Amino acid sequence: MDATMLPEVTAVGVIIKAILILAVISAIAGFGTYIERKILAFMQRRLGPQHVGPYGLLQLIADGIKLFTKEDIIPQNANRIIFAVAPVITAATAFIALGAVPVFPDFTIPFVDVYVPSIASDVNVGILFVLGMMAAGLYGPLLAGMAQSNKWGLLGSARTAIQFLSYEVVTGLSLLAPIMIVGSLSFVDFNSYQSNGTWLVLYQPIAFILFLIAGYAETNRTPFDLLEHEAEIVSGYVTEYSGMRWGMFFIGEYANMITIGIIASIVFLGGYNDWWIFPGWIMIIAKIAFLFFLMLWVRAAWPHVRPDQLMWLCWKVLMPLAVINVVITGIVMMAI
Amino acid sequence: MYEFIAFYIFAISTVILFSITVFSKNVLYSMTSLAAGMVMISGFFFLLGADFLGVVQLIVYVGAVMALYAFAMMFFDTTKDVKEKYNSPRLVFLLGGLMAVVFVIIFSAPIIGENLQVLSPITDGVGNAQAVGKVLFTKYLIPFEVAAIMLLVAMVAGIILAGKKMDKSLTTTVLPLVDKESEDEILKKESR
Repeated sequence: MDATMLPEVTAVGVIIKAILILAVISAIAGFGTYIERKILAFMQRRLGPQHVGPYGLLQLIADGIKLFTKEDIIPQNANRIIFAVAPVITAATAFIALGAVPVFPDFTIPFVDVYVPSIASDVNVGILFVLGMMAAGLYGPLLAGMAQSNKWGLLGSARTAIQFLSYEVVTGLSLLAPIMIVGSLSFVDFNSYQSNGTWLVLYQPIAFILFLIAGYAETNRTPFDLLEHEAEIVSGYVTEYSGMRWGMFFIGEYANMITIGIIASIVFLGGYNDWWIFPGWIMIIAKIAFLFFLMLWVRAAWPHVRPDQLMWLCWKVLMPLAVINVVITGIVMMAI
Repeated sequence: MYEFIAFYIFAISTVILFSITVFSKNVLYSMTSLAAGMVMISGFFFLLGADFLGVVQLIVYVGAVMALYAFAMMFFDTTKDVKEKYNSPRLVFLLGGLMAVVFVIIFSAPIIGENLQVLSPITDGVGNAQAVGKVLFTKYLIPFEVAAIMLLVAMVAGIILAGKKMDKSLTTTVLPLVDKESEDEILKKESR
């Protein structure tokens, strides 16, 4: 790339973008709970939230007020500092990860003529950075469970450890094949590779499915939400949490869902390139929304798995599949 | 200017966090500050422009410390302090201090002698990952392969050690909680 082509990055711009990410994603995460309840209700032939506002739309505000005004309890024997730090880790890492993903194409603000690059921090190993940050986010549940001196919490954090060790390999290996094809670790390069309209999912369907499965495990979505499995371990790592501390775990989880949606749509589904008559920014919002909907659909459709089933699935099925996929990709790339 | 500030923030927090790791008697504090310190060290790599190494530091150590947590969970009550046994504190102090001094001398000798040379300078236009890959597969190929074989050996050993009864699932096997005789006894006691 030419040096003059590089977008100018100013400190003010980065700060504005960081605040925007924080505000927008928190709002979407809150609204996501309403959408989730409505869609789950629709799929299970219930009504969902209905009483607060039209179609229950103001349920979000009611929940917010409840969360903010709830009594903040720290159990007697808990390790207070770690107990307080754990939710912050989950929320913070989720937002840091979002700092390195591009969402919209670069654009110029009209009238003031300011060129805005789409990404808050263009790390040239973006994919690895985002995955690393999301992996660090699992320290939240781990520490929360260990700090609260509650058996359910401890079980929850033990499950966090095994879940982390299971899915992490699959996520890395499933993304390795697209990385080999594109030859870069930068999200922007992934996007420009697919600018001719052929999405990477056409070349790498197996990797796409593997990544989605691992992504659901990463965000504790329902087939794999072992950490707070209500039927088995009360609430797992959040058993002793209430009020805003619990809310931070919640926001972190939803932010991670959106991050997984963004990664999947940029790496596999053509990113923010224009498609037919639709401009790029509409396309990427549609893709992220669809992937978010898919997560809710999966939640409505599948029961929980047991921890040993998760390990069996990750280590004995998904990991060999991912390795075979990488090997075949390598052979095909050598042959062509 | 920004780099200067960032460096000192990272440096001070790294030192503080690792001192907590060493001095704290609580397993949870030690482990958490260890993990946080590792994350802070990755900050140095980012400051020096070595994005790839920074991210690798992040991913590898986050995973490694997570495994340490699993052991801490199994061996200790994490909400209580660990009572440590000091057999000869003076010897430990002496040996530890000597080690620290030796390491400082080893690492500062080339800086004092001012004969630090850059053997493989960074080429422009080549990303971090590509540069690391190139070096790894040309200059350091044999250490790389040896490390791979060592990991393979460790993995095989681990599987052999843990592999007894691996064909049966532990969660689905129904273990008899009480045998027949003691069950009868309990019933007798209750009937009385």
